[in-house]
Amino acid sequence: MTWLPEDVQRLLDAALVAEVAVIDGGGRPVVHPLLPLWDGERIYITSSILFSKKLEHIRNNPRVSVTISDPAAAGGLRARCAIQGDARIFEEDPHETWERILPLWREKEPAIDAFLGKRYALPLFFERSLIEITPRRVAWWSDGDVGRAPATAAGPEVAA
Amino acid sequence: MKIDVALQKFAAYPHVVVTWVGDDGYPAQTPAEFSADHAAGVLRIHATGVPLPAGRQVNIIASHIRPQAGTGYDERRYVTAWGALASDGDGYVFRPERAWGWDEAETPFFEYSERSNEQARKYLRTLSDERGAPVKPRLSRFWSVLITTRLPFLTATFVPILIGVAAAAYDGHFNIWYALLTLLGGAAIHVGLNVANDVFDAMSGADEANVNPTQYSGGSRVIQRGIVTLKQMGAISIGAYAGGISVGLLLLAMRPSVELLVIGVAGVFLSVFYTAPPLRLVHRGLGELTTAIGFGPLMLLGAYAVQAQELSFSAFVASVPVAIFIALILYVNEIPDRNSDAKVGKRTLPARLSQGAVTTLFLVSALAAFAVVAAGAAFGTLPWPTLIALLGLPLAFSVHRGIRMYYGDPYALMATMGKNVQLHLVVGMLLFAGYCIAIAMD
Repeated sequence: MTWLPEDVQRLLDAALVAEVAVIDGGGRPVVHPLLPLWDGERIYITSSILFSKKLEHIRNNPRVSVTISDPAAAGGLRARCAIQGDARIFEEDPHETWERILPLWREKEPAIDAFLGKRYALPLFFERSLIEITPRRVAWWSDGDVGRAPATAAGPEVAA
Repeated sequence: MKIDVALQKFAAYPHVVVTWVGDDGYPAQTPAEFSADHAAGVLRIHATGVPLPAGRQVNIIASHIRPQAGTGYDERRYVTAWGALASDGDGYVFRPERAWGWDEAETPFFEYSERSNEQARKYLRTLSDERGAPVKPRLSRFWSVLITTRLPFLTATFVPILIGVAAAAYDGHFNIWYALLTLLGGAAIHVGLNVANDVFDAMSGADEANVNPTQYSGGSRVIQRGIVTLKQMGAISIGAYAGGISVGLLLLAMRPSVELLVIGVAGVFLSVFYTAPPLRLVHRGLGELTTAIGFGPLMLLGAYAVQAQELSFSAFVASVPVAIFIALILYVNEIPDRNSDAKVGKRTLPARLSQGAVTTLFLVSALAAFAVVAAGAAFGTLPWPTLIALLGLPLAFSVHRGIRMYYGDPYALMATMGKNVQLHLVVGMLLFAGYCIAIAMD
């Protein structure tokens, strides 16, 4: 069971894009808009090896942040959130390992099956790594008003 | 991306996300309202409920997608920048120092991906080094063979050989086994040529420089994508040439003629030196002519000579439209490659001519090909049923329209390139059918 508040879970279920921040070798934040997937406990993101710099950064520093900020890309939900967490990369077999989250991906982007059927046309795009993010802290704005202080919560490890 | 361009792009978004590294070492983020101040070259960030780290470097990003029910989303774009953040009354001022981003309306996704091939290779090299064993992208054996050899393009070989065999049969010479061996030898040489083309384009940098490949242009990409190595491609090409030459020698032994020997030697010579140094015919602006000769008269008359052990003027006339349409396949496929070809000195016609000249030359050449068929039938050089090849005229006009409309858009041009391949196949098979009808009527 997750400790994340329901508002945040609904956002994670609905969001088609999240601003995902990683830290580069120079200690600077680098942010990518990516499709966040949520299995009820952890956040998953996949990264093609074509766009794998973020993977290099996570290998060096697994601390990441995931923000959902656009109501238009979150099923009209007004809430917004910023989740800090620890990332882990699964890359045993870039051809297949990531496919275990395909059912979650399919729910948000049904067209992925059609693209996957033509993976021969763009083979490197479908050689991917899977990023698993375990949430540690969250700040959220239930009414979406980011001019006000957010509500906050922390996972059991942090709270302890 | 220039800062003033980035500011203009930021201004089109409703909000941004500010990111910095917190004291606990985690990235900290908050969405924020903002306005762009173009005169001052800054973004003015409105007050946020989370205090921002004034006096520090932060990242700011704005992104957009449009949800699409039943498929997912489209209209992907984002702009992001690094810069210094300062307090400004109730809010903050962000002065971008370095900006970048992507908009799929400006850089199509396929081009964006092609531009990232090196990052993918770098990542796989890192994994390979860590594991002490090569980690390579995978494709099924079926697709690997199909893509590496570009087998679907073998219609360029089958069309002239079938017409050559039909023309010989019309003149009273036909042996099915010789015909099948001719197809096999021609196909092997064609595969050798396709693969050699990729090898030499990889070595010259032409394929690497091409970030707009399509299924009809830019080569097979298997080397650039790390699926097959340059060395393996070289071995495949040599193997295919060896097979093709062996079949040619066998045919020469069974059906000896000086004509067949000359055609065989000329065919192998042209196909090897199409991209191979020192001649590199395609780099000298001779690609279209070489292709026309190789996949027109040489293939067709070669097939005729195998059957008849002599040449015929009628068969030569039949080879002219085939030669023109195969050259036009290359010609149209070179349109998306024209800039990358020009960069590496590959002087193809589209790389040298203006858009108007390229479009007009296509139409003139296609009409000339149909005129040869009409005149050949009118003067009795070709059997009159070959006139059915003129049914391909509407397709030629359709390709011409497509070139005019989509000249500058490689991906929109793909459908036209497909139609142009069909044009060669349709006219070629109609010519073949014309010969078959004439044989049946004899």
